[in-house]
Amino acid sequence: MSHIIKQLSIFVNNEPGRLAHISSVLKDCNISMRACNLAESTEFGILRTVVDNPDQAFDALKQRGIIVKKTDVIGVYLEDTPGALFKTADALGKAGINIEYGYAYYYRDKAVFFIRVDDPEKAVEVIIKQGISLVSDSEI
Amino acid sequence: MFWNPKIECMPVEDLKKLQYEELKALVTKLYESNQFYHERMEAHGVKPEDITCLEDISKLPFMYKQDLRDCYPTKMFTVPNSQVVRYHVSSGTTGKPTLVGYTENDLGYWTEALARSLTSAGVGPDDVLQVCYGYGLFTGGLGLHYGGEKVGATVLPASTGNSERQIELMIDLDVTAIACTPSYFIHLMGVAKKMGVDFRRDTKLRVAFLGAEPWSEAMKKKIEDETGIETFDIYGTSEQAGPMFTDCPCHNGIHIAADIMYVEVIDPETEEILPPGERGELVVTMLKKEAFPLVRYRIKDMTHIITEPCACGRTSPRIARITGRSDDMLIIRGINVFPSQIEYTLLQIPEVGDQYMIHVTRDGALDNMTVQVEIKADAFSDNMDEMLRLRSHIESTLKKYLNIAVKVELKAPGELPRFEGKAKRVIDNRVI
Repeated sequence: MSHIIKQLSIFVNNEPGRLAHISSVLKDCNISMRACNLAESTEFGILRTVVDNPDQAFDALKQRGIIVKKTDVIGVYLEDTPGALFKTADALGKAGINIEYGYAYYYRDKAVFFIRVDDPEKAVEVIIKQGISLVSDSEI
Repeated sequence: MFWNPKIECMPVEDLKKLQYEELKALVTKLYESNQFYHERMEAHGVKPEDITCLEDISKLPFMYKQDLRDCYPTKMFTVPNSQVVRYHVSSGTTGKPTLVGYTENDLGYWTEALARSLTSAGVGPDDVLQVCYGYGLFTGGLGLHYGGEKVGATVLPASTGNSERQIELMIDLDVTAIACTPSYFIHLMGVAKKMGVDFRRDTKLRVAFLGAEPWSEAMKKKIEDETGIETFDIYGTSEQAGPMFTDCPCHNGIHIAADIMYVEVIDPETEEILPPGERGELVVTMLKKEAFPLVRYRIKDMTHIITEPCACGRTSPRIARITGRSDDMLIIRGINVFPSQIEYTLLQIPEVGDQYMIHVTRDGALDNMTVQVEIKADAFSDNMDEMLRLRSHIESTLKKYLNIAVKVELKAPGELPRFEGKAKRVIDNRVI
């Protein structure tokens, strides 16, 4: 079990039908997306997704010539109370860890914040020390 | 009005005799003193004594842009550096630029040709000529500058850019004549409109010398109707010297000063010389050029020759408005761009693949070029900043080689069209 989650980052051309094409590959491989986020510039986007079987999905996408990369992220459980995000962000900030991006997701009645940080191992340590729960890869 | 009536109105037979004498002297001199041209003539099996009449020019081999590139920088020069007084540089077909050199006499006939052209449009000592061609490595700015001074006009070396200031100066200094690319002039028209400036009401502008890029009768009519000024089509490339020749007030073709340049039009496929009136590729011979040879040079511009007498009294042959290219060269905002240059540049960037597409549009008056490239899988980053940095790196590398701003779009591998046979990588959507 690890608290470091393998996220797939996929290069997507910003054209009608491109996202449909990528999601159909995932469907054909029977891969389920747990969470996803789309960052875009004018002509291309980066689809970031947490899937139930990242290695299999990675191979399937790669085989179809889709540009895909595995990126380490961590998933922080956020309590449904004011200040929950602050606790995590503050702890990381004080530890000198930078959050590159993040996206929130609601999973099994709990809010999860998937974040990409510059030092995931250290981030895991810092967050656990704060008594905040992290999503483990076996839960995905 | 004539600058040099003796030559400009010389009877056609006398002109042809003069051209033959110039050609014979040129070929003899090149054979004796220019290594490149000597070897080219030897390889083609022709000697100076084979040239016994003007028509014998067809016995001479062609020259190509590639020759200038192969001889970069000065291997083709006939004269030592002590006699070269200026360089200009234009884009080559790949990474290497094309260098042209000038002796004092080369600058002399260039200026002479422009003096004839400006005078034919009525520009003289009472005029103020605003030169909005780029000053620098490009030939347009300095060429028109010296031509304007030669006829005694007051030259305003405005160069390109800062359009509002251009309009203010035009008004404040009573500018009567302007030289620029037709698309830049249309851009100036738009800027003037925004400033509430009416060319008819607020300026003394009377004539415009527009060229360095293709334009149409429709554009000419639009400019003249909206501004009330008379436009002249100016022609000339850096290999020849720079912009040199224009149409006269009869506006029925560009007068080519016959004592300076000899023109032929050929079928680009069969290389057969075409009669006047038939459209083909222009081939030029610079009869007075000293710094380097330019004999039967395949300039790749498409046009036809007009030999019917012109009502203005000039006896020189004319060429019709340039209607295209016999190669794939693009002219973007007055700058020559070869798709091969883009290909060459992209090869220097390890993050991109070898497929690319070029899209050209005209937004308002300005040309825009977008280059689509496929990124390689290992160049992909999950970090958007890194991707945008890669994109601007490609844009600045292209700008460095092409001298014009290019927009780059990143595409996934396999997204761009593949071609079997002749690739069609340029989509030019400009309406000219």
